[in-house]
Amino acid sequence: MGRYVARRLLQAVPLLFIISVILFVLMQSIGDPLATMSGRRPTRSADRERLKRQLGLDQPVLMQYVYWLVGNDWTSIDLDGDGVRETRGERKGVLRGDLGRSLKKRQPVLDLIGERLPNTLLLMGTYEMVVLVGAVALGIYSAVRQYSIFDHAVTGVSFVLYSMPIFFIALLSMYLLAVKPKQWGLPYFPTVGMFEPEAGKTVPQVIWHMVLPVLSLSLISLAGYSRYMRSSMLEVLSQDYIRTAKSKGLERRYVLFAHALKNASLPIVTLIGLDLPTLLGGAIVTERIFGWPGMGRLFFDSVSDADTPVVMAILMMVSVAVVVFQILTDVIYAWLDPRIRYE
Amino acid sequence: MSDTTEALSAIPQFAADELEAPPLSLRQLAWRRFRRHKMALFGAVMLALLFVYCFGGALWVSEDYANYTDTKARLQAPSVSHPFGTDTVGRDILARTIYGGQISLIIGLTAMLVELVIGVLIGALSGYYGGWLDSILMRFTEAVFVIPQLFLLIVMAKFFGGKVPNLTLLGRTFSGSVVVVILIIGATSWVYLARIVRAEFISLKEREFILAARAIGTPARQIIFGHILPNSIAPIIVSATLSVAAAILSESYISFLGMGVQAPTATWGNMLEGAMNYIEEAPWFWIFPGTLIVLTVLSINFLGDGLRDALDPRSRVV
Repeated sequence: MGRYVARRLLQAVPLLFIISVILFVLMQSIGDPLATMSGRRPTRSADRERLKRQLGLDQPVLMQYVYWLVGNDWTSIDLDGDGVRETRGERKGVLRGDLGRSLKKRQPVLDLIGERLPNTLLLMGTYEMVVLVGAVALGIYSAVRQYSIFDHAVTGVSFVLYSMPIFFIALLSMYLLAVKPKQWGLPYFPTVGMFEPEAGKTVPQVIWHMVLPVLSLSLISLAGYSRYMRSSMLEVLSQDYIRTAKSKGLERRYVLFAHALKNASLPIVTLIGLDLPTLLGGAIVTERIFGWPGMGRLFFDSVSDADTPVVMAILMMVSVAVVVFQILTDVIYAWLDPRIRYE
Repeated sequence: MSDTTEALSAIPQFAADELEAPPLSLRQLAWRRFRRHKMALFGAVMLALLFVYCFGGALWVSEDYANYTDTKARLQAPSVSHPFGTDTVGRDILARTIYGGQISLIIGLTAMLVELVIGVLIGALSGYYGGWLDSILMRFTEAVFVIPQLFLLIVMAKFFGGKVPNLTLLGRTFSGSVVVVILIIGATSWVYLARIVRAEFISLKEREFILAARAIGTPARQIIFGHILPNSIAPIIVSATLSVAAAILSESYISFLGMGVQAPTATWGNMLEGAMNYIEEAPWFWIFPGTLIVLTVLSINFLGDGLRDALDPRSRVV
């Protein structure tokens, strides 16, 4: 097992290298970061040249990539544009944990991410819990009552939900749970932000504001997950060891939850393993609709502003997380299911 | 005596032709299984209706009318002259759902074709040749797989945005952004298909008929496209069908965010751009295009599900 993990980690290195190169090349042309830097005022061309040199944008792409990867404190850069490299570089490079500075906000990228990540993790963590609990409950119930009215209803509804773009669900839930109750004078859910400015960022405020975004996010995933859980549960329930457990006279509830659920939830582990790392990146569309100050909005705004260090940092962070979680999922799977052996 | 006849009549009687029914071809068997799949038939009929709506509707309203802005008639509720109401600059939403639907459907189909070409090519080459080519192609595939699709779509939309000039085709002008959206959706969605094709190729290339083809000196190109590919067509068809739905959804996401197809060309996705600002005052603004997206994607998913059951030789429903 140790050797397997070591090999996977070694394989991850060239993979992440390829990803970073692809992304870095894409970054070269997503827009002119200098154009949006000084806000509405156009940047003067002298400032422009100076900024370019300061940010290292005058260098060839290859050198820019090297600086991004390993930093430029081992060499000197030419700040005043006279052709003499006189100033020592200050960047440490991604490999030493320096994600660079945001071009737009002039802050270290790490600070920006640190500001947004908790918000996104709060939203996405809640969503993942809701989906998990809901999907297991729905899946088991549908499997036990296979072909009942309930089962057919769940199948039908999940097919529809699965075909919905998330913004449509979000708009519908806003309309039905916020706009309409408001018109009828009933209590309604808030649709924008994390808290009311006058009420402050209190726990009840944040929970109250989280209801609609979590609902919209969960409904779609719930549709897919619960179908998965159902088929996996059906497969397990038809196996001999379940019949043995039943014929021993074990309590029905015990057979379901202790014997069947354990094995039936194995495939779910894979799904979660694929899902969790992408949660770091946040939900771009949902966060935009509900004005949630998370990573998804940071990413979208940074792409719009061509703030390449931020975009690059978020994408690399998510990629590393995906790769690490893939390995983790395989390890956990082998631990849960002793039939699987990695050589 | 009467007992015997009674007993005999209890035995099911088959008509001669039923017993000696001519053997069915694979295609007939597949069609028979597909026909039993009620939801798939519903999906097919629904899709046909949607096509009639988008392409037949164009006979009644002109594209100029769909793009005609009348700022005096902003955000009007549905009425006789504007059955679906008007949008933020006073364009008729009914006409825009017709022309927007055309673009959305075209994007779905052509992005699927782009995906098909890339996915089949990469999957076939890496599955058939194996070795170092396989390693390189699979590392690349993995790299694309690791980056979440919507993130990659947004970055690529920004990368290619505004670089493709407008196209004039069949007397109509298509915004260059349509081409960009088609290409980037195709370029980000081929990963699953490539893996499916690769797996098919790896298992099929060891079969005897491929050995025989090789033994008589059939060129590799012909083995790949003439012998192996036709035998792995079933999972490709299913995957391609479902990816039309996925492409329509991707288009709607990216256009909803304002980075996809640019105005005045309408798509169901970009008609919804900024809809959250009008959720209260103009629900018709987002309900109609949104419902059309859901209906289309749902129908295609049903169709794909039916095709999966019909084309899978292991499926037991005959």
